[in-house]
Amino acid sequence: MLAPVNVSLESLNLMTLSPMLIPIIGALLILVIDVIKSGLDKTLYVVLSLLFLFMDFSSLIESAGIFTQDGTIMGVFDVMLIDGLAILSQFIIVGASMLFIPLALTHKRFHEFSYPEFFALFLFMIAGFQFMVATDNLILVFVGLETSSLALYTLIAMHNRDKSFEAAVKYFTMGALAAGFYSFGAMVFYALTGSVELNQIATVLAANQYVDIGYVLVGVVFMLASFGFKLSIVPFHTWAPDVYEGASASMAGFMSIVPKIAAFVVAMRIFEFLIHSGVVWLEVILYIFVVITMTAANIWALVQTDVKRMLAYSSISHAGFVMAAILIGTTQANSALFLYWILFSFTNLGSFSMLWISRQKHLPDHQRSDHSYDKFAGMIKTAPIAGTIMALFMLSLAGIPPFALFWGKLYLISSAVTGGYTVLAIIMALNSAIAGYYYLKLIVYIFMKEPVVGNDGHIYASNATMSLKYIIGFAAIGTIFAFLAINPLLEFITSFVYNSGY
Amino acid sequence: MLDHILSILIFFPALAAMFGFIIHKDSIRAYGVVVATIEFALSLWLWFAFDSNVSGMQFMEQLPLVPAFGINYILGVDGVSLFIIILAAFFTMIGIASLTDTKDVKNMIITLLFLQMTMAGVFVALDAIVFYIFWELSLVPMLYIIGAWGGPLRIYASVKFFLYTFAGSLVMLVGMLFMAYFYYQATGAWSFAILDWYRLILPESFQLWLFVAFFIGFAIKVPMFPFHTWLPYAHGQAPTIGSVILAAILLKMGTYAFIRFSLPMFPDASVFFMFPIAILAIIMIIYTAMVAYAQEDVKQVVAYSSVSHMGVIILGTFALNVEGISGSIFLMIAHGVVSGALFLLVGVIYDRRHTKMMNEFGGLASVMPRYATIFGLMMMASVGMPLTINFVGEFLSLLGFYQQSHILTLLAGTAIIVGAIYMLAAYKKMFFGVVTKEENKNLSDVNSRELIALVPLAIITVWLGIYPKPILEPINKSVESIVQLMHDKSTTQEAKSRIPNLIKGVEITRTSSEEAH
Repeated sequence: MLAPVNVSLESLNLMTLSPMLIPIIGALLILVIDVIKSGLDKTLYVVLSLLFLFMDFSSLIESAGIFTQDGTIMGVFDVMLIDGLAILSQFIIVGASMLFIPLALTHKRFHEFSYPEFFALFLFMIAGFQFMVATDNLILVFVGLETSSLALYTLIAMHNRDKSFEAAVKYFTMGALAAGFYSFGAMVFYALTGSVELNQIATVLAANQYVDIGYVLVGVVFMLASFGFKLSIVPFHTWAPDVYEGASASMAGFMSIVPKIAAFVVAMRIFEFLIHSGVVWLEVILYIFVVITMTAANIWALVQTDVKRMLAYSSISHAGFVMAAILIGTTQANSALFLYWILFSFTNLGSFSMLWISRQKHLPDHQRSDHSYDKFAGMIKTAPIAGTIMALFMLSLAGIPPFALFWGKLYLISSAVTGGYTVLAIIMALNSAIAGYYYLKLIVYIFMKEPVVGNDGHIYASNATMSLKYIIGFAAIGTIFAFLAINPLLEFITSFVYNSGY
Repeated sequence: MLDHILSILIFFPALAAMFGFIIHKDSIRAYGVVVATIEFALSLWLWFAFDSNVSGMQFMEQLPLVPAFGINYILGVDGVSLFIIILAAFFTMIGIASLTDTKDVKNMIITLLFLQMTMAGVFVALDAIVFYIFWELSLVPMLYIIGAWGGPLRIYASVKFFLYTFAGSLVMLVGMLFMAYFYYQATGAWSFAILDWYRLILPESFQLWLFVAFFIGFAIKVPMFPFHTWLPYAHGQAPTIGSVILAAILLKMGTYAFIRFSLPMFPDASVFFMFPIAILAIIMIIYTAMVAYAQEDVKQVVAYSSVSHMGVIILGTFALNVEGISGSIFLMIAHGVVSGALFLLVGVIYDRRHTKMMNEFGGLASVMPRYATIFGLMMMASVGMPLTINFVGEFLSLLGFYQQSHILTLLAGTAIIVGAIYMLAAYKKMFFGVVTKEENKNLSDVNSRELIALVPLAIITVWLGIYPKPILEPINKSVESIVQLMHDKSTTQEAKSRIPNLIKGVEITRTSSEEAH
């Protein structure tokens, strides 16, 4: 039966692998350097990682150029799928990582950055995420998911505090459960259709007109649960606040952006065709998840006493908000998802970096947690510039125009209106109003309270170096002047999403 | 330069505020006064260059912002917005000039200049999203002013102010997105330009829903009964300058937006909701007037009386004819001048005694004669005495609504009597009788810095009360075109008959057909 396989090398399109291979080569190189000469300073590894991410980014620009000319490309036995979604999400993944990795250049010494493995794992993780989004093969998605997740657990644990170990183990346990759900869901789809490729699955299911709807639903339930964990959709969110609190602030900021966009893209690929083929049950369930995630996370965020936990809940709420785009499923909604996430990554990375530069090694007596609200009391008096920038990020997160996230919200709510989800649009608007309260709470502390005695404003930038300040300045400028970039971004995203058929 | 005067009006104060960070805090007041005076001079120049014979938009500017989604930076000014812009610049100027010793005066002045930017932006924006940007942005400086310089409950008051308005405007934003979507469905292109939206004729059922969405945003800002609960807190806690700007300008954003958005875009819905809104407005007028009578804090009296008069403005707006709308716009100016002046006057006595309780005063007329005179004049203006500025606006508003309903107008008219009662009672408590309290015996009369603010306001009050024509004429011109647009756009029979047709030829045929009928 087995005929010899003749495959020409050109048909493999190995070029499709290049964006993922670059960080892998970088990671291996870092390991090799460490073997040859150990004990090198972290700055070397930071810059090396940055260089490889730059190369990664430029190879993505090249793929984007190819995509605009030739459309979607398949490669490596049709396992790789380089379409607009893959390219856009890789841009976000690599771009956010480039902003993240210089955060290692802190003033204080932290345990994790003294290991070159940190940076090698980081680059492996990026490659994993890139594989995850650039395929519609369920097995490769799984491989990418696990590569990146395992690397991420280790990165969290390397922060070397009790809470970080707790966070890493918690995340690992939940992640293992999610992986189990995922493989079970993928198995059901394979059993139903005899394929692990999503377009094949969609074709086969459509051809037999969803006669096995019961089994499809079983598969969907497992998939939903698995992505619920990854995207921290309520009620699968319980790990998120603890993990964010345990991880370093910079890592928490990273986690709120990069893993989620990868999961969003896979979720978009899986759920989109199911919703469009009229699996009403899925639509109802997604609707409920979206509304509950937005609302419940907002209400939990209201009662937090620690800024980092508040931001963790706010990230959950934003994820729910963006999940609405997958529910709506029009081209406008899917474009809005990417626009929202690009703008969100600027703002959120900025606000987590602000927490990161104010990280203290030892807490004073009056402060119960790393970033309690009263730590920021009267910040405008002691550190006016840092206070203003922090407030700026909060205003942007709250969706006050003309700051970055407002435009994402605007376009996303508009897509709900256009897609016929009127009630959802109003729920989204009202949730933004609720969210306004807890962002405002931090602004109130910064601008209107008196500073705690003995706080001379030094702590707000105690961990800052020039490069960290540049990152924050970059994020702040991006947040303020977002309105200039919206139009080109929107046109770019829309053409990519539209040409991928979503 | 005249081509871009509106952009200059918006961004000059913002730019100046950015540079203000450099200036030493001892000299910042002079800087603020200079900047605000230049801004005021620019706004006067705008008035000078404004052609009163043109009813449409003037000095239009257009720049693409997000053309892919139909968002453009469009500015323009007509008779409706012109005088509110001047008023905003004027109040920022006298507000800064009369600013008493405050802590962190530098932050205060920079904040005021940013606030001036957002106020100018709201009134000249002709694109819904640009309007929304300035509308929301105006909350932030005000939040800071109330929250950082306010009374003991300042944080509660400022957060309540912010969240209330923010929640309302998000509902309005959904309405705007729907409007843009309907425009997209009708024409195939996205547009948020208000003038484009004017051309869209919507079925009545759509109009009703959209009207409600916009109404929630605007009504909270005005604030209309029953959404008014944030305002007494905000006024009670805000520093004098905060109350002045809030009452004089920020509240006008709501009433202005009714005229700019709700009426021309949803004429049928406006007619449909005319009586419910009129009843709300009358409840607002009478109820808050009664509440004002029960207050012991003079600032709360002024705050509630300000809400009460906002009711008359709403009533005039929803008269849906030229007299009513022109009157309501004129009353916006008048209310700005008078209530702004009253808040300034309350601030004068608060600075001296650090209390606003009326029973702490008494017999002030003999101690502070000049203060009592100006207060008396403004109080008379507030109750709508003829030959003062408020009278013109109130009279026209009520005259306009009289054509729609006699009984409701009569009810609203009684409110003027109630207004006279509480204002005169407050005045009696504070100024007449003998000086009972020892602390009041040696109070100094208004000083020159306070006079700089109060005398121009007093002059305007009397001048425009006697001769309102220079303002009323451009307003009238623009309002006529709005009313005509509403009449032409309305689809229901009810709306056609409620909104007058201003083109005479058609008028005759209509009356003749009615006679035949």
